[in-house]
Amino acid sequence: MMNELLIKPSGVAAAPIKSVIGQRVFARYSLLFVLVLALALVPILISNSFYIAVANLVMINAVVAISMTLLLGTTGQLSLGHAGFFAFGAYVSAYLGGPQGLPTLLALALAVLGTAVLGWCVARLFLRLSGYYLAVATLGIGMMLSIVLRNEQHLTGGPDGMSVVPFGVLGFSLQGEMVWYFVLLFVLVFATVGSYNLLRSPAGRALRTLHDAEIAATSVGVDVRGYKVRVFVLSTALTGLMGALYAHYAGFITPASASFTHSVQFVMMAVIGGIGSVAGAVLGAVIVTLLPNLLAGAAEYEVLVVGLILLSTVLLLPRGMVPTLTAWYRGRKGRKAS
Amino acid sequence: MDAAFIQFLFAGLTEGARYALVALGFMLVYNASGALNFSQGESVMLGGMTTAVLMQAGIPLLPAMAAAIAVTLAVALLLQKLFSRTLERSGLLEVIIMTVAFGMVVRGVVHVFWGTQTRSVPAFSGNDPLMIGGATILPQVLWVIGITVVILLILGWFFRYSRAGRGFVAASLDPETAQLMGINVRGVLMLAFAFAAALGAVGGIVTAPITYTYYDVGVMVGLKAVIAAIIGGMGSPLGAVLGGLLIGLGESMTAGYLSSAYKDAVPFLMITLLFLVKPNGLLGKAPIERV
Repeated sequence: MMNELLIKPSGVAAAPIKSVIGQRVFARYSLLFVLVLALALVPILISNSFYIAVANLVMINAVVAISMTLLLGTTGQLSLGHAGFFAFGAYVSAYLGGPQGLPTLLALALAVLGTAVLGWCVARLFLRLSGYYLAVATLGIGMMLSIVLRNEQHLTGGPDGMSVVPFGVLGFSLQGEMVWYFVLLFVLVFATVGSYNLLRSPAGRALRTLHDAEIAATSVGVDVRGYKVRVFVLSTALTGLMGALYAHYAGFITPASASFTHSVQFVMMAVIGGIGSVAGAVLGAVIVTLLPNLLAGAAEYEVLVVGLILLSTVLLLPRGMVPTLTAWYRGRKGRKAS
Repeated sequence: MDAAFIQFLFAGLTEGARYALVALGFMLVYNASGALNFSQGESVMLGGMTTAVLMQAGIPLLPAMAAAIAVTLAVALLLQKLFSRTLERSGLLEVIIMTVAFGMVVRGVVHVFWGTQTRSVPAFSGNDPLMIGGATILPQVLWVIGITVVILLILGWFFRYSRAGRGFVAASLDPETAQLMGINVRGVLMLAFAFAAALGAVGGIVTAPITYTYYDVGVMVGLKAVIAAIIGGMGSPLGAVLGGLLIGLGESMTAGYLSSAYKDAVPFLMITLLFLVKPNGLLGKAPIERV
């Protein structure tokens, strides 16, 4: 398409370029709009509340996977402790909203703020480390959080977990799978559009140069450390928000939510769909969340199947499902056109 | 020294020996490839579990041990093929994820075939405790410490004096020059994986009579051993052993004098604090970035 535009006289070309971009934006958002509309109709068509509950879980995981994508796909930082941040948000909101009796909206806001501050501290302390060291440092933070949650019984209820009060906004109490479906759909759409725009913005492009060539980025004046810290804080805050929402939605929270296995699941979601792809993160969340449900009755195969899927994705589709499929589709379309 | 302290000291050395053996495995693979194998802990599980299962089937200790080490080696050589391929085609990030996934597959297979129950290997020379300085020590503890020392001596001799060992060191210092000098660099990576697997398997077998073994045992050991390797300064063999022993002692002293509930937090706390003051570990050197 660019070739056609280039050979035209510039005066003629100017207008079509503009309208092409306009059409593209329209095409992109209209697709999203149709998708959202279809998703919003789902609970009306499917009244089985079990399916809605699974969908809710998928959407919570999808937003965490997007937060992971922001981290992995832009600056290439691997966090093996995101479950810790998820649980931190969940427990802070549960504790402030429950035993402390704060309004749940305030408790949620404080939980997100608290997770962001924790993320900021971790980022300031450890982002000078890269590669394995950052992975190990986040792993350490996650493990310590999980051990604290297990042992501080008077605050967290210990290994048995704690129950969480329902979420209330302006006198309304959010209860029932259907209500949560729309709340979570709203959050998911917001996170998807927000991260798409972030990845396409100049800041997003600067972030991607960090992944590919950190030293080159520093030498052309990109504030590497500042961007890394900001992305990390954004990612942890979003994860903390989902943790808090999950706690109020599920009404119960246990230290297992902070486990290493849970952290690895979040990494998997971001990886199997395609590192750096928002759509891939959502697809990854769908697959990883649905697997245990599909394997119900054969629980002893779960670790094996999940491991095999992750292993074969890394080995056979190193770029992840969505980018590989998109490239294949584009290639086919290109061959048809020529 | 009072009896309680000696008791904790031996407990710490036993745990520490296992961490040190696995940490050495991490270090060997890291030196040969520049990447970490996050499924290293599974060699401990495979070694201990295979021995336990074979001995329950009536096979004596030594053949069971040999078979367990052989199984662990075979799995490690398969992993090495996938590892090299991922490292060449993708990058360090993908290698971490691949090895985490490989560990899940190994655990999953063991889970499916051998179940989740805790298994044990009988102690090598009985369970009658020895009295040392007022503390009661199981004879197996001495086996663990003795075998670890012997292994460390053999490794030390191998890397310092044998032809293959010196080639290994040369290849980890400068792979390209080593290759030009006729050293088989690919063979070096295979050797590293084989050594790492054997170390982990032996560590799993000798500690199984004390700590027991189950399909999930490798995860925590692996995580703590990678921390041991980093605490010691990744790439330094002495550092790996030191890191392993420090973590083992730190855990047992915390459990003994402070709180057994927070025992598992010790390595993670240690690494977090160490990262703040000495990000390259106790005996590590700062990496120089070449552009």
